[in-house]
Amino acid sequence: MDTCPSIKNILLLDSEGKRVAVKYYSNDWPTNSAKEAFEKAVFTKTQKTNARTEAEIAMLEGNVIVYKFVQDLHFFVTGGEDENELILATVLQGFFDAVGLLLRGNVDKKEALENLDLILLCLDEIVDGGIILETDANVIAGKVASHSVDVGAPLSEQTISQALATAREHLTRSLLK
Amino acid sequence: MAQPLVKKDDDRDDEAEYSPFLGIEKGAVLQEARVFNDPQLDPRRCSQVITKLLYLLNQGETFTKIEATEVFFAVTKLFQSRDIGLRRMVYLMIKELSPSADEVIIVTSSLMKDMTSKTDMYRANAIRVLCRITDGTLLTQIERYLKQAIVDKNPVVASAALVSGIHLLETTPEIVKRWSNEVQEAVQSRAALVQFHALALLHQIRQNDRLAVSKLVTSLTRGTVRSPLAQCLLIRYTTQVIREAATTQTGDRPFYDFLESCLRHKAEMVIFEAARAITELNGVTNRELTPAITVLQLFLSSSKPVLRFAAVRTLNKVAMTHPMAVTNCNIDMESLISDQNRSIATLAITTLLKTGNESSVDRLMKQITNFMSDIADEFKIVVVEAIRSLCLKFPLKYRSLMNFLSNILREEGGFEYKKAIVDSIVILIRDIPDAKENGLLHLCEFIEDCEFTYLSTQILHFLGTEGPKTSDPSKYIRYIYNRVHLENATVRAAAVSTLAKFGAMVDALKPRVFVLLRRCLYDGDDEASLFFINLLLMYKSKFSIVRDRATLYLNTVGSDGEVIETDKVVKDFLFGSLDIPLANIETSLKNYEPAEQPFDINSVPKEVKTQPLAEKKAPGKKPAGLGAPPSGPPSTVDAYEKLLSSIPEFSDFGKLFKSSAPVELTEAETEYAVNVVKHIFDRHVVFQYNCTNTIPEQLLENVTVIVDASEAEEFAEVASKPLRSLPYDSPGQIFGAFEKPEGVPAVGKFSNMLRFIVKEVDPTTGDVEDDGVEDEYQLEDLEVVAADYVMKVGVSNFRNAWESIGPDFERVDEYGLGPRESLAEAVSAVISLLGMQPCEGTEVVANNSRSHTCLLSGVFIGNVKVLVRLQFGIDGPKEVAMKLAVRSEDDNVSDMIHEIVASG
Repeated sequence: MDTCPSIKNILLLDSEGKRVAVKYYSNDWPTNSAKEAFEKAVFTKTQKTNARTEAEIAMLEGNVIVYKFVQDLHFFVTGGEDENELILATVLQGFFDAVGLLLRGNVDKKEALENLDLILLCLDEIVDGGIILETDANVIAGKVASHSVDVGAPLSEQTISQALATAREHLTRSLLK
Repeated sequence: MAQPLVKKDDDRDDEAEYSPFLGIEKGAVLQEARVFNDPQLDPRRCSQVITKLLYLLNQGETFTKIEATEVFFAVTKLFQSRDIGLRRMVYLMIKELSPSADEVIIVTSSLMKDMTSKTDMYRANAIRVLCRITDGTLLTQIERYLKQAIVDKNPVVASAALVSGIHLLETTPEIVKRWSNEVQEAVQSRAALVQFHALALLHQIRQNDRLAVSKLVTSLTRGTVRSPLAQCLLIRYTTQVIREAATTQTGDRPFYDFLESCLRHKAEMVIFEAARAITELNGVTNRELTPAITVLQLFLSSSKPVLRFAAVRTLNKVAMTHPMAVTNCNIDMESLISDQNRSIATLAITTLLKTGNESSVDRLMKQITNFMSDIADEFKIVVVEAIRSLCLKFPLKYRSLMNFLSNILREEGGFEYKKAIVDSIVILIRDIPDAKENGLLHLCEFIEDCEFTYLSTQILHFLGTEGPKTSDPSKYIRYIYNRVHLENATVRAAAVSTLAKFGAMVDALKPRVFVLLRRCLYDGDDEASLFFINLLLMYKSKFSIVRDRATLYLNTVGSDGEVIETDKVVKDFLFGSLDIPLANIETSLKNYEPAEQPFDINSVPKEVKTQPLAEKKAPGKKPAGLGAPPSGPPSTVDAYEKLLSSIPEFSDFGKLFKSSAPVELTEAETEYAVNVVKHIFDRHVVFQYNCTNTIPEQLLENVTVIVDASEAEEFAEVASKPLRSLPYDSPGQIFGAFEKPEGVPAVGKFSNMLRFIVKEVDPTTGDVEDDGVEDEYQLEDLEVVAADYVMKVGVSNFRNAWESIGPDFERVDEYGLGPRESLAEAVSAVISLLGMQPCEGTEVVANNSRSHTCLLSGVFIGNVKVLVRLQFGIDGPKEVAMKLAVRSEDDNVSDMIHEIVASG
């Protein structure tokens, strides 16, 4: 336990246990079928629990899994057996809230799939190769939503939605300072 | 990949209304990817296509090498667009495709341009992508930019560079180590996560330099670390420093104050990290524990399940070593039994079982009963084990605990779970006399309806040992006899054995048992040959054959139903533990042919076989026929026995007592490799020299070993058997036999000289020259030591064996072993000196322990059983002291063991 906290995977599954978006950072599940088996086991073990108000926690195959559900989406973050549970929970919360911000509160499977690019970018901004990059949902969403045009581009080229996005980015930036 | 696609479409139908990816198909998307090549790029459209590609990959779809290359090249075109959103998707796509080295070159310049861009997002992401896909050669080109990025004003850029550094440290440590000045600067950053990443990287750069880590920790624990994550890291590094410091110095624990101050941090993750770190300190004191336990106790009543789980899991671990420290939390723990989260509830219960006091047991059991029905087997086993140890702690409470166990035994459950329960009941019966009758009846009821053969036979065996000693043995007979009718052959056989034990031990039951056993004779399972064989093999119950066993027991009990004197042999047979390794019996039985002569169990070698490692080097060299001597050096006991008995000179030496492991008499890789095996007989010692000629150009003839026994006064040479010829790489054996006083463990030193005639050989043609030259080759000395007269024979229950030998010939003395490397080293030295079999795993010394008890057993020449109890202690400057207690059936032997130690 002298090592850096590390995340083994982040899963976003639907209410039937199917993948919406997943990202694996460890080699514990080398093949796609191993990954699917793990997802199935995690889903089955947790599906009956109520993880809608507070994040829940379980142990599976020597891993600690923290999870939270909303609508028909199930969020999971997996870490090693000895990982600090609260660090995992912080990552989960960051992911969960960032998705909420990015989907403007309409967090369900349909919305998530329609904005899959945002979800994938979001995963990319939270963890890099197992190392936690950022846990603050506002910062994560801010980085993802900087979906605007190159700052070098003239303002007139921006569409209204892009302009709004730029504005939102400026807002989140200023909130952070 | 083509064939699962159809099926996928079917799957998609159910979610038709949801998915924007409905009916998505790899081939079509790859076609769509052509838009990347349009002269007028549509960023929106391109982003969508990339998203589709990423969706496919995310669902487990794979691209062929060609497809991946095509997509990769198309994607690189997109660097023309200035749309940030599209660029981000391009970065993601490149990372997902993990391009090959020659492909990487294509994007390098684009990424390097982005790395120096004014747009922060570009810089950060380009660094992460480039570092992910790059190899060492490219890294030197971009090193300068990375060093700048580490100290970049923008925290996202700095973090990107630092995290990439952590990954690169694994592949190209020499480059990353050059950045430590920049990283050190970044540790002071005001941005929380930059500090975290910088600290992680700095520690990994310096992790092998203890002093540097210690300095780092010292300076940071004084300063202010802003990020909670960085603070958690610092706690981990601090505990590492504490652990290493503790081994070199004693007194006040350094940095404890820092850990304790972290308990008042505002972030929960830091509080918990610190609390856990304190509980895991080596040799933590109660005073040190208290503040950590207090914060964990607060967490127990948190509304957050994760917090409760973390706290109860940590407290559960503490309860194993410091149960008293956790008792304060018992009330909070009890409320967790009804926790929605079953993991938390199980941890709470097992913690309570470890810390609970006698008065709370009944209440606890009531709560657990409700709880057991809705947890999985894995949790149940944990609970059962906790209950077992609780019962041993509070024997007066056995009634409610035993009832609990028997109740859950009747419920549904898998084998492992049932086995845990049965094992627990058996242990309770053994250790708590009052619980015996009750417990045995529970077990009897269980086997009435038990689907696991293994458990049934175990219980029947146990009933046979314990049942006859109870006040009313007759009540078990019905349960046992029912098994004879209703079960498979294995269980039936076990039941017959158990019945016989009742018959033999309880006089009043003899006539009734006899009648029952009689009936067993009509058992249909009769592929038998010799009842003896079956009986022996019943220890490996798979071969047990019911009918013959019944026959034997009838003989034991008395064929006409009368009570006869059962003689000692039969009794030993029924109840004694077999002190012969099963593998040896099996071999002997296989070699045995049913004939006039009955199988003699005493002819089975008792030596525990050690796997001959050297043998495996030369496979496939099997003896040609039974009469021919084996070509390789045989090293198992029976192989030695066969070999020696085939030599007429040694045939009247009697039964081989023991053969030593081969002792090398030459250095490795010399011209001639010789090792020797010492065969000990009652009045003789035979040396078997295994010789190998390693020179292809030589043939050795008339090879003898000249043994000088002047330093072994009690030995007299009686025979020797030279080797006529020793060709290259074809091992041969030379034997020398010595007479020694009977039954006396004579010791001595022998010097050896190999004498032979060398003839030149042409290795290409194999022609041998006619004339040879006489030559000699000095071998190393050989010693016969007292340990050669001790045979490794294990006992299954050391304590019983120790008690049954009794203290008549006990010899106890203390020895100072002087300074030793470690306790483990001292223990193994004494074990090999005595040449006895360690029992019950006591040859293993726990890490860092200051004392150790080791149990050894063996048989001394003359078939005298010897047991040894060694107690070791080590003090500060590695001085090891040892107390040696020997029990044997002969006081000379006990003295002899002490002599071995005293002279060794």
